[in-house]
Amino acid sequence: MSEEQIKNLEEQFEARILRDDKIEPKDWMPEKYRQTHIRQISQHAHSEIVGMLPEGNWITRAPSLRRKVALLAKVQDEGGHGLYLYSAAETLGISRDEMFDQLHTGKAKYSSIFNYPALTWADMGAIGWLVDGAAIINQVALCGTSYGPYARAMVRICKEESFHQRQGYEIMLKLANGAPEQKDMAQDALNRFWWPSLMMFGPKDDESPHTAQSMKWKLKRKTNDDLRQQFIDQTVPQADILGLTIPDPDLKWNEAKQGYDFGEIDWDEFWQVVKGHGPCNKERMKARVNAWENGAWVRDAAMAYADKKSELKNKQAV
Amino acid sequence: MSDKKNWPLWEVFVRSKNGLEHRHFGSLHAADAEMALENARDVYTRRNEGVSIWVVESKHITASNPEHNGELFEPAQDKVYRHPTFYDLPDEVKHM
Repeated sequence: MSEEQIKNLEEQFEARILRDDKIEPKDWMPEKYRQTHIRQISQHAHSEIVGMLPEGNWITRAPSLRRKVALLAKVQDEGGHGLYLYSAAETLGISRDEMFDQLHTGKAKYSSIFNYPALTWADMGAIGWLVDGAAIINQVALCGTSYGPYARAMVRICKEESFHQRQGYEIMLKLANGAPEQKDMAQDALNRFWWPSLMMFGPKDDESPHTAQSMKWKLKRKTNDDLRQQFIDQTVPQADILGLTIPDPDLKWNEAKQGYDFGEIDWDEFWQVVKGHGPCNKERMKARVNAWENGAWVRDAAMAYADKKSELKNKQAV
Repeated sequence: MSDKKNWPLWEVFVRSKNGLEHRHFGSLHAADAEMALENARDVYTRRNEGVSIWVVESKHITASNPEHNGELFEPAQDKVYRHPTFYDLPDEVKHM
């Protein structure tokens, strides 16, 4: 293709995005659009898969059968969400194996929140309430994204996730209204997960290198700071209902902007965790790589069995 | 990455209830058709979304090329006479 032809196609493409046309897998797209989407969708998928680890550890320790079936269903959903997203990324021409390889070698990132440990049962509450709450805000904004397979996956995921947040909030509610020790446990979980949850929306707008391009392609419909503000405004009243205190002395209602002002986020900590120096980065990756490597013989055996069966069928047909 | 054979990709179609058609729900990897059905059950129908599932290996699907959409679909665009509103009838004629 000549440079002029490509330029022409790019112009048509930008016009399609501008009039809210969806882009489907076989449509022509700029290489950068393809690569950016592969990066974002696969990282989103990795986050779902790694996100199963902190909670998976608590399934056998859930305090009742009701809590156990709920947590089990939530973790299973996360596995499913990872699969929807891997499939969406595959439509852009990357293989499942390549994506796993990128995750396991540290080339691809996943949400930093999962590099924090889940120390007590109250953390299951805080994760559902805050982490899933933040994820839902991010994901609802993505339901209208320009790439069709990604948008469709997001719609399914959003539908399924509202129960995740409610089950977490219910855990918090129970603890916050329980014995003083239980309430302390809930407060402690909130203290540890509040700031990392705010970091889930990514760097501030003026320090986010991809924001402008992503907004243009409608890969992002709202900026990091807007989404973070939305999260804080909706979460503070929920903490009040619980009778818990948000661990931010600078948090204050601002009548003029009709939203809360809040304290400075520790961005050094954010970048440390992103770069692999969070409390659990190594542990999480080790668990993933082990699961992948120890499962290799099962994948190979299933394939060998399928091949053998189809050979047998072909022979009988002759 | 090893050079082993990977599980192929399957497309999943689900009928959400009798009386409706199967609709494309997404895709997944599985070693064979039977496993594809079982995985589809777990991945796409965890909340009673279906009463029937079809799976077909993705490589067997032939898709039209969007670059040829002009030749394929434009011929239908100027055939307004295929629609009922093209025909002029007096108002007295009801229910036609």
